[in-house]
Amino acid sequence: MAIPDRQGRFGPYGGRYVPETLMPALLELEDAYQRTRKDKGFQAELKHYLKEYVGRPTPLYFAQRLTKRLGGAKIYLKREDLCHTGAHKINNAIGQALLARRMKKPRLIAETGAGQHGVATATVAAMFGLECEIYMGTEDMQRQALNVFRMRLLGSKVTGVDAGSRTLKDAISEAMRDWTTNVRTTHYVLGSVLGAHPYPMMIRDFQAVIGREARKQILAAEGRLPDCLIACVGGGSNAMGLFHAFVPDKKVRMVGVEAAGLGVESGKHAARFAGGRPGVLQGTMTYLLQDDNGQVNLTHSVSAGLDYAAVGPEHSYHKETNRAEYTSATDDEALAAFDLLAREEGIMPALESAHAIAEVVKCAPRMKKNQILVVNLSGRGDKDVQQVARIKGVTL
Amino acid sequence: MNRLDETFGRLKAKGEKALITYIMAGDPSLQETEQLVLELERAGADIIELGVPFSDPIADGPVIQQAAERGLQSGTSLRRILEAVTRLRASTQIPIVLMAYYNTIHAFGEKDFCGRAAEAGVDGLIVPDMPPDEAEPLRRPAAAAGLHLVFLLAPTSTASRRAYVAKESGGFVYYVSITGITGAKLSDMAGVRENVAKIRKQTKTPVAVGFGVATPEDAAMVAEAADGVIVGSAIVRRVGEHGQDGRLVQEVGSFVRSLKEAMQPA
Repeated sequence: MAIPDRQGRFGPYGGRYVPETLMPALLELEDAYQRTRKDKGFQAELKHYLKEYVGRPTPLYFAQRLTKRLGGAKIYLKREDLCHTGAHKINNAIGQALLARRMKKPRLIAETGAGQHGVATATVAAMFGLECEIYMGTEDMQRQALNVFRMRLLGSKVTGVDAGSRTLKDAISEAMRDWTTNVRTTHYVLGSVLGAHPYPMMIRDFQAVIGREARKQILAAEGRLPDCLIACVGGGSNAMGLFHAFVPDKKVRMVGVEAAGLGVESGKHAARFAGGRPGVLQGTMTYLLQDDNGQVNLTHSVSAGLDYAAVGPEHSYHKETNRAEYTSATDDEALAAFDLLAREEGIMPALESAHAIAEVVKCAPRMKKNQILVVNLSGRGDKDVQQVARIKGVTL
Repeated sequence: MNRLDETFGRLKAKGEKALITYIMAGDPSLQETEQLVLELERAGADIIELGVPFSDPIADGPVIQQAAERGLQSGTSLRRILEAVTRLRASTQIPIVLMAYYNTIHAFGEKDFCGRAAEAGVDGLIVPDMPPDEAEPLRRPAAAAGLHLVFLLAPTSTASRRAYVAKESGGFVYYVSITGITGAKLSDMAGVRENVAKIRKQTKTPVAVGFGVATPEDAAMVAEAADGVIVGSAIVRRVGEHGQDGRLVQEVGSFVRSLKEAMQPA
């Protein structure tokens, strides 16, 4: 059975929980997407931009020194950090911008947490000559001031959202309100495998290029499939992108790493599978951090991109069917992994991706030397250098 | 008979339109909500819509978002709202509709909630983030409890959605007058008339119009076109302004009286 089904269901998860005003737009988007995914012209155009503009395929790099240091499985890094704009987010932004052009919507809006999706959307808007407005929580604007400036340099309007927790969740709500108001002229470029159908499916498909490449690359390098895949999970688009091509390969373990913040027991975290239960937020039924009354809990993570109360519905499905496992890494573990990768490999990971590296640190030594780990290095850490300095008490 | 059907029937016989007033439960406190409901009725409201505060109200503009924050501050939950409705039923039989985001109902448990809501004296539910396409878990328990599920239509709705939603909606059909969120400005009365007429071709269920109805003039215009006029943000704004100054009940009452007067047939 294909997932999602026609109602956008991944088992009991997913769906379309939106105000009626948006239903026609979602149905139109689904229709446009279903037509373009089969359209050779569209696929050729997408492929062209992914190669010539984004710089795909990204390398699958054997991290020799990290492997030696950890003393277990061979570690390969899928270098999404080398994409134009510094993260995997642009794979999806290009796809959706091309779709918006075909739907004749001259204006793009997007939400952003860490700023990577905002920068990716602002970038493609500039390249295609589309108007663009980015919603960002004011708390995140402070944490990611550099990305705010980058988006403005690219000609986008950045609108601060000063409601609720002032993070990604509130930026998504505000973008949904904008879309509800301007739906006739505007396409909402959602940045992760979240929200109402068809977004989780469509964004997964646009990100699936990561896993398709990685699968080919590891077969070329090692002549066999990896034993395990690891990726961080905020909404979960980089993880879905890496996992998707391997889902039928039942022997390949898939591990998603959530943000444990100050520790799951502290209550200050964003580990939905450890601390949440199914509920509906922003258009989709999925694992959600909530209180007994169904109010959405505040979350915490050092990484703005993982600081979100819900997880993509397909991850909930993979969790429930045991196809993927989900674990978490604390702020401290992620920061240690950030340092480790910088010193061992000369690569500074985004703090989001550092959560995946933290899991590598835990599991690689427990694996055999002939086993293979593929980790999605979803973004680069340049945007986080200021924050890391602040945490270390260094004045720049 | 469901109080909603009874009220629309009675008004229709008199040639009048329903004034449906929305307030956020627990803003500033549930005790004041109870006083406000009674005052709304005295001032001429025909149906009460009680908002259930939710942390992430995607269909609402800033006025109702802030009211939801105040409601959560005062410790309001769905359970406590049902207790307040039970108390209110000792003194009023005005139809009461709860407007709740789906997750608050899901967390309560759909079946348990519908039973308890009906028992408390609730007549209908509006779930703004649950289109009929997703309503399966609520349909049977709501029907069994005698609760109407009120669905929404919008200016963007296509003919096929209009037919589908109009058929599914009980009590009344909620036509959203604007392409936008609550509290925006009513801008297209011609569009409202046209769409209400199209919806009426699909169903005999009454059609009420909300979002953007802010003044007695708006209410009068909408009353000419539809069976009901829904006023939310304009009332909630007054609750926000007078929540702490002792004139709350009086201010809200006099505003609602002005709406009702404007809606009287000439």
